[in-house]
Amino acid sequence: MYLQLAWRNIWRNTRRTAIILTAVVIGVWSMVLLGALMRGIAVGMIKNGISTLTGHIQIHRKGYRDDPAIENRISDPTAVENALKEALPQDALWTARVRVNAVASNARHASGITLVGIDPSSEAKISFIGTAVSQGRYLNPDDRNGILIGEALMKKFDTRPGRKLILMSQDTHGEIASRAFRIVGIFKAEMETTEKQFVFVMRRASQKMLGLGEAISEISILLPEKPENPEIYHRLKTALPSAEFEVNTWRQLLPFQTAYLKILDGFMWIWYLVVFVAMGFGIVNTTLMAVYERMREFGLLKALGMKPWWILREVLTESLLLLVTGMILGNILAFICIFALAGSGIDLSALAAGAEYAGMTRVIYPAIALKDILMSNLVVLFLGILVSAYPAVKAARFTPVEALAHT
Amino acid sequence: MKIVECIDVKKSYRQGEIEVQALRDVSLAIEKGEFTAVAGPSGSGKTTLLNLVGGLDAADAGCIVVDGNAFDQMSQSRLANLRLHKIGFVFQAYNLIPVLSAAENVEFVMLLQGVNSRERQQRAKEILDDVGLADKYNRRPAELSGGQQQRVAVARAIVSNPSIVLADEPTANLDSETGNGLLDMMKKMNAEKKVTFIFSTHDKMVMDCARRLVLLRDGRLVDDRVKG
Repeated sequence: MYLQLAWRNIWRNTRRTAIILTAVVIGVWSMVLLGALMRGIAVGMIKNGISTLTGHIQIHRKGYRDDPAIENRISDPTAVENALKEALPQDALWTARVRVNAVASNARHASGITLVGIDPSSEAKISFIGTAVSQGRYLNPDDRNGILIGEALMKKFDTRPGRKLILMSQDTHGEIASRAFRIVGIFKAEMETTEKQFVFVMRRASQKMLGLGEAISEISILLPEKPENPEIYHRLKTALPSAEFEVNTWRQLLPFQTAYLKILDGFMWIWYLVVFVAMGFGIVNTTLMAVYERMREFGLLKALGMKPWWILREVLTESLLLLVTGMILGNILAFICIFALAGSGIDLSALAAGAEYAGMTRVIYPAIALKDILMSNLVVLFLGILVSAYPAVKAARFTPVEALAHT
Repeated sequence: MKIVECIDVKKSYRQGEIEVQALRDVSLAIEKGEFTAVAGPSGSGKTTLLNLVGGLDAADAGCIVVDGNAFDQMSQSRLANLRLHKIGFVFQAYNLIPVLSAAENVEFVMLLQGVNSRERQQRAKEILDDVGLADKYNRRPAELSGGQQQRVAVARAIVSNPSIVLADEPTANLDSETGNGLLDMMKKMNAEKKVTFIFSTHDKMVMDCARRLVLLRDGRLVDDRVKG
């Protein structure tokens, strides 16, 4: 009957209740939706970062990350591969690459690029390139001179599949090595910079061009189940001598994204606070009005024998019902919006340059994290109850005579 | 047996800069089962006296004892408990809870007392039958006339078998016929259930109806007589 009384009381003034409910619904909706979009940006950035040739763990020759020159190569990949077989679980994926800075040119243009020599079959399982070809075809093991370039580079060079592209880079003897490749396919990436930066050839072809023999630049690993596994990381660190090799996780390899993840929670809290301050004033104001309007009634309840604590509980129960109703509606509305956006996302192509500068993907897909949803709802619930406590305490503290005399 | 005892009770209020002496050394004893009217002109201290006897307000001086409980030694929580179990109130403006039906209003006091739902419903219906509202259980206050609302208020006041019922000008908002009906009903309750009633009133009809008449003027008890 207490709940029934509270429920009926909140509908005594339909307009006022509708106003508070609207405030709570908009508050919860915006908290959950914006939280999902911010989480989506983070997830997109990390997913894109990991699939853009990073992987979950990378192994390099010591010094390569400071100076990615051909001198800092892994000369004996077999030793590393043996260590990987020992340290990695069976379902982990990995691939070896040659990765050096180079210059690409054709008859009209020249541009600095990163030449990536890959094994097409293992690379396709690890990075974006396996599914990114938009024109022509992917590399196959017979492609001695085949090259994949990005759409943005194709446009910049005013070229197309079937045409030649010359690559130049420093070889192991410090000489300039150059070789002509034929464009077999065009890839499209999440970011335009990726399309302009990377060109892909067969690993064998790049090794031959640069005189590397069997040497490689890096090994990229994709772990099964989850992107982080400290145990595997430490096993690899132990298996590969630190004087010779560097083992890095994606968090170390993608510092911008890692920093974004770290400050994301802070952003969310600030957003929660801003929304709640606006909503909280509404709740206090309207609850206080409701309390003053019913002052005589509280006097009556006290006269009938209700203790102050019970009055406090009564007012708080009414606020709780309002908040919970608003939260349910707000969550439903937010989830409808999230599911509506889940398919198409929010396309930021028009702002691509600015978005890429911030490391964001072209399309933001909302991502649901239970933690964010719980947090936004709990913020509304706890702070809502907290701000309702003031009018509730006021109602409880009036003496019956004061309250009954209230007009 | 004395159910209410007031000894040298004083109470004053501030109205702006002026201090109003609402009660001046009032002493009064009421026996169990009495049907008493506290009468006097407006501002004589009738409502103040009822508020003090009901534990809704505290006296400045003097002592009030209800059913053996001295108020000056009781905390607010114990006073609330005493009101819940020993005192019933009937107000001039009915003061029913607008969102509850007639039966739920009557049940509410029992709910506070912790009576189980089945017993509450049964007793509420019985008492509403007694006050002549058998067909109005589910009506909300707004759907009842003034007289019917006051009957619900009386039913609420007596449903938990209190030691006393304090009625502050219960007929003031009713026409004479409805008021008379209400008084008859309360007299019947007093006779049948031995409930002690104390009214405040300046209505001659209520004064005539009471078996004992206590007169107040300017906060002093000026007359106290039991009718034959």
